[in-house]
Amino acid sequence: MVITWVLRVLLLMYAISVPAQTQDAFSQALEQIRTGSMGEREQAIETLASDSRALPIFDAWLNGNLFEFKAESRLVIVTESPMGYHLTDASSGLALTEVDRNAVGKINLTNRLRSSLRKAIARLQLDAVDADTRLAAVNTIAKDIDDTGLALLRTHLIDESNLAVRVAIEHIVLLNDIDSSDKATRIAAINALKDHDNRNVANRLRALTEKNADGNYLETDGDVRNLAIAALTRINNRLQVYAAIETVFFGLSLGAVLVLALIGLAITFGVMGVINMAHGELMMLGAYTTFVMQQLLPDSLGWALILSIPMAFIVAALVGIGIERGIIRFLYGRPLETLLATFGVSLFLQQAVRSIFSPLNRSVATPTWMSGSWQINDFLSLTWNRFYILIFCLLVFTALLQLLKRTRLGLEVRAVAQNRGMARAMGIPGSRVDAMTFGLGSGIAGVAGVALSQITNVGPNLGQAYIVDSFMVVVFGGVGNLFGTLVAGFSLGIANKVLEPYVGAVLAKILVLVFIILFIQKKPRGLFPQKGRAADG
Amino acid sequence: MKKPRNVFHKLTFGAVLSLALTSTATVRAEDTIKVGVLHSLSGTMAISETTLKDTMLMLIDAQNKKGGLLGKKLEAVVVDPASNWPLFAEKARELLTKDKVAAIFGCWTSVSRKSVLPVVEELNGILFYPVQYEGEESSRNVFYTGAAPNQQAIPAVDYLMNDLKVQRWVLAGTDYVYPRTTNKILEAYLKSKGVKDKDIMTNYTPFGHSDWQSIVADIKKFGSAGKKTAVVSTVNGDANVPFYKELGNQGVSAENIPVVAFSVGEEELSGMDTKPLVGHLAAWNYFMSVDTTKNAAFIEQWHNFIKNPKRVTNDPMEAHYIGFNMWVKAVEKAGSTNTDAVQKAIIGLEFPNLTGGVAKMLPNHHISKPVLIGEIQEDGQFVTVWQTNKVIDGEAWSDYLPESKPIIADWTPPINCGNFNTLTKKCSGQNY
Repeated sequence: MVITWVLRVLLLMYAISVPAQTQDAFSQALEQIRTGSMGEREQAIETLASDSRALPIFDAWLNGNLFEFKAESRLVIVTESPMGYHLTDASSGLALTEVDRNAVGKINLTNRLRSSLRKAIARLQLDAVDADTRLAAVNTIAKDIDDTGLALLRTHLIDESNLAVRVAIEHIVLLNDIDSSDKATRIAAINALKDHDNRNVANRLRALTEKNADGNYLETDGDVRNLAIAALTRINNRLQVYAAIETVFFGLSLGAVLVLALIGLAITFGVMGVINMAHGELMMLGAYTTFVMQQLLPDSLGWALILSIPMAFIVAALVGIGIERGIIRFLYGRPLETLLATFGVSLFLQQAVRSIFSPLNRSVATPTWMSGSWQINDFLSLTWNRFYILIFCLLVFTALLQLLKRTRLGLEVRAVAQNRGMARAMGIPGSRVDAMTFGLGSGIAGVAGVALSQITNVGPNLGQAYIVDSFMVVVFGGVGNLFGTLVAGFSLGIANKVLEPYVGAVLAKILVLVFIILFIQKKPRGLFPQKGRAADG
Repeated sequence: MKKPRNVFHKLTFGAVLSLALTSTATVRAEDTIKVGVLHSLSGTMAISETTLKDTMLMLIDAQNKKGGLLGKKLEAVVVDPASNWPLFAEKARELLTKDKVAAIFGCWTSVSRKSVLPVVEELNGILFYPVQYEGEESSRNVFYTGAAPNQQAIPAVDYLMNDLKVQRWVLAGTDYVYPRTTNKILEAYLKSKGVKDKDIMTNYTPFGHSDWQSIVADIKKFGSAGKKTAVVSTVNGDANVPFYKELGNQGVSAENIPVVAFSVGEEELSGMDTKPLVGHLAAWNYFMSVDTTKNAAFIEQWHNFIKNPKRVTNDPMEAHYIGFNMWVKAVEKAGSTNTDAVQKAIIGLEFPNLTGGVAKMLPNHHISKPVLIGEIQEDGQFVTVWQTNKVIDGEAWSDYLPESKPIIADWTPPINCGNFNTLTKKCSGQNY
């Protein structure tokens, strides 16, 4: 009697629980994501991994848009809105209300979860309509391949119609064939892969050529091993070429930053002969202008950055003209006093920035088109921000050169620089030209600040870091010679980068400095000394 | 005859004035206990140290509201050593001789501590040092409330090795004493765990280094050999921003090559664009995000005091919180602010920390701390991914360096020495 009763109850419970479980596995997993620990969240990802409904949730989570709506204890996907966030229910996809930022709490992620998520997303996206999405999915799976992933790819290959995706999958399968038990398959795989610039290929091949502790090769098959060694040598040769290209690029981009920083100095110091210790602080002002512009236009970082180029030029140029009119013009021909006075100005500007913006560094965001890198192949990639700065540097340099060569202002600047008295006698307003020249040099410093804000800290000490290097390169290039400045900046950048891997960053810098000291001993006028009467003035 | 009289007048006036000043000072010294705050308020370190000055003012203020100490009010004497290392020593001397402070709370960089050390030892003062440091030191006059290497660096490496299965190691640091010593200890530790030379890459860069291109490219190459790689970063201060930016730009993500940092906390993150840092790790003994009632109360107290709800709290602030409260308890226990009495009373004292454990002052003048490892989130806070299940005792001398392995510090009788060699049973002449 009792037993039948118990059985009945059990049967009833079973009848209720089984369909409920299958139906609710999805929402249960969502609940786990909302309230669970990191371990439970990982389980939930596994549970949902084959459920295509989970894809938008995973996507939102990875992009930091998955939140908990605290008032209703449910998982929501958010999109930014002027008031705060628009909410969308995660399980049903229905639009909910709009709430302010405090009403929701973010679902946190750790690296472990991020890579599980990426894997799960890639596996779900393997069936995407868009071929590029499929290709990206295949590449993500390939990064951290296991047996499940490989099996998945093999089955997918049967139905795949897009050529690029097929090639990518075949490539992965080939890579796996290197470890096959059939010798012919292995040799075919190595032959097929030896011209690929791919890290995984290189690592697999390297593994074939390694020796164990006793000095014997781990790979017992001699033919396969020799083939692998030959293929690896080819890959290594290509690697060396890429490494050289990379070093030159690094050097050029370091040089570009230097050139940008000192091109304005080349005008004030090189053309006018004024030692402006506040030059670095003018760059700092440019960088802070970028910060302010980004605060003003928080929704379009890219435009803010582009607009800050003319803004920074104007701000720095005005401050520069102020310095020239207020201080420097009384001190022409007295370099020591100019040096001290401008040093005072630099301290003043630093403290002003500290008082206005706080002594903490300000964070200047990088627009997306400037972050990341240009992936040429698996071994060679050039970072976008450096690439843009290099181009920007060349543009600024060309513009400045044209300005000095082609415009009336340029003509007057050169005239005053060569012979002040003669220029005045010819009717050139010397003091106005001085102010304009100084403003031009300062404005370019401001523009350099915009570029620097993208690669280094925006803080009160930004300028100090560059001022010594800048003077050094101007002297090395030849005072008063813009072209010399360019060559000097780039060659020192490359020299630094060639030395760095061998001796470390600290010693590389010292060696370059020693080289410049020795060079100036030998050629005090720098790489490209000015010729003619102006040089003796 | 006018001039000399004038001078005479001035002299008498000056003498009277200085007499008046000293007499008021002595009167005031009797009814207050002075506490020295020695943190840079200008120069490069002002970024980090100004916050600690404010923390001290907040703690002293709170203590005064509770009725002060030994029936007297506490009075903060704030000086500015201006990120200038020799000036730290001068200011410490000024605090101890002129202001006659009962204790000094201060310093950030190791070099500033080393500069203050001889002064506090000579004048028998007390210094509470709140920042994680390289160890290899224990002075009778200094209490180290920040982490020793075994409370930060070693557990972080353990986590990477055991939980993330890291096999190749990049030790990157700024070129000065803290990173060099820490990396020496870490290298010895890694080798003791069977890591080979070719799997360790060490790299030093100057302060404020901004061109990380080739170093990051090297790290990338080093990390692409098919073994899991991690970067242990003792890169300090400003240089971190371009470092993480370059890592992000060259496509090194926290999932491939995680970077664990010992000098990047909430305060530093508040001035950075955190996008490229998300997922990278930091090891500390306190995170603002730790959810305890004590921590919530501390954060609220801080926001009320600083009148800005956006300000963050960080690890050295907690160290000062623990150090200050331990000093208060020690003074109460000893019944005086006398250096020797406080030193005797403070050893063994316990005070609850903000993350739910109890900090204890050990005989080697270090304290016990939990170790937390957190991942950086986009909002500049940390999510704790691992933590020790109990507090860890700070070790002044590392067990992983052959020269300091036999050395212990114990400031209780009978050893009473910060540099005691357990093999030769001798206390080295050097007392720190």
